[in-house]
Amino acid sequence: MSYDRAITVFSPDGHLFQVEYAMEAVRKGSTAVGVRGKDCVVLAVERRALAKLQDPRTIRKIVSVDNRSVLAFAGLTADARVLINKTRVEAQSYRLTCEDAPSVEYLARYIARTQQKYTQRGGVRPFGIATLLAGFSDPSAEGDVAKPVLYQTDPAGTHSNWRAQVIGGRNAKSLREFLEKNYEDDMDEETSVKLAVQCLLEVVDSGAKNMEIMIVRADGRAFMEESAVDVVVKKVEEEIEANKDAKKKSTDE
Amino acid sequence: MDTVFGVKYDGGVIIAADQGNARSILMYQKNLDKVVPLSSHSALGISGPNSDLVNFSEYVQKNIALYELSNDGMKLSTHAQANFMRGELAAALRRGPYQVNVLLGGYDAGAESSSLYFLDYMASLQKVNYGCQGYASSFCLSIMDRDWKEGLTEDEAIAIVEHCMKELQTRFLIAQPNFIIKVIDKDGVKVAKFGADPADT
Repeated sequence: MSYDRAITVFSPDGHLFQVEYAMEAVRKGSTAVGVRGKDCVVLAVERRALAKLQDPRTIRKIVSVDNRSVLAFAGLTADARVLINKTRVEAQSYRLTCEDAPSVEYLARYIARTQQKYTQRGGVRPFGIATLLAGFSDPSAEGDVAKPVLYQTDPAGTHSNWRAQVIGGRNAKSLREFLEKNYEDDMDEETSVKLAVQCLLEVVDSGAKNMEIMIVRADGRAFMEESAVDVVVKKVEEEIEANKDAKKKSTDE
Repeated sequence: MDTVFGVKYDGGVIIAADQGNARSILMYQKNLDKVVPLSSHSALGISGPNSDLVNFSEYVQKNIALYELSNDGMKLSTHAQANFMRGELAAALRRGPYQVNVLLGGYDAGAESSSLYFLDYMASLQKVNYGCQGYASSFCLSIMDRDWKEGLTEDEAIAIVEHCMKELQTRFLIAQPNFIIKVIDKDGVKVAKFGADPADT
């Protein structure tokens, strides 16, 4: 008997195949990297080559869900649009009833809850996306200092807090290992951006035009100018070259 | 009982309101801010019972914010905001009306012009150069009729509002000692002056 048709059926060994297939859809999507620094969160996404006739401005992978929270996703774009719209309405609804901005954690929990609902109902399929949510915590909740925050959700409906995370793309696992090796606590903005770019360069062809980077700070957020990204990319590539040369020298000697 | 004024000038619009919050024989507070910013470049002067005043303005405010977030930062024009509000007032009218009378002032960067809209609780909507809500209209519309002209400056527009305030303070039965005046122009919404600091709780 095939256990992978209906979402509401477990397999004998405890798998929900539809959820796992949804995670495959995430792997097919383009990569998104999130890095939490001392006073910023960096979101870097792979910008896949577009058709020549397509307007690049209509492809957005990093979006605002609220004045204080930003989201990057990997997976099916149409599913992302639906989930993002639901989240935006929820954020405004929270602001209307609580007269306060929703925390990043609240929105991550909402997205996760929504994604889970779609794994336990008849006639629907899970959302084929994983998301990275970035923002700052409420200063009054943390001794008057807003702290950077990065959350991840997945098609199963789980949400978790990360210091650095990768979603999407075939190599997410090896990129995560790269981050684990190179991540340091309390990195400044420049170092955090460099780490995110380094990570993305492992899967993306060199060049600032193949990536989109957003820096989230306590007082707002901004996309990095392509020229600024170019500078970082060049620096990273120089370092890689320098490392290669140093290795070569030591093996020659 | 509330008083709200609006005066359009060249490059902006003034929205002013009294700061009293009262019901029956009780004065609850004298520093209420009844000119609510709806977006970066528009503000709504509202009068009515505090429940509807707050409910309606916050509802419109959050829906406008949702629109901007959902549409890649595109700003709703003042005209669009006014028509959205009118639609909400009309829908509620035969269910449970919002008993609010408002003046919406906004600046549109694209058209480089300001506009002022008059809406009342029956969901009427009219674009005007100047307006009043409340009993004040009996005293002040004639002053505005006489003083307003095309091509006013910000200072001249504020002078008209202050002329109206002075008239009310002389001849209106109900004492309204505190007024808050806000200016909306290309730089956004800012407070020109207030009688009592709304932040004082």
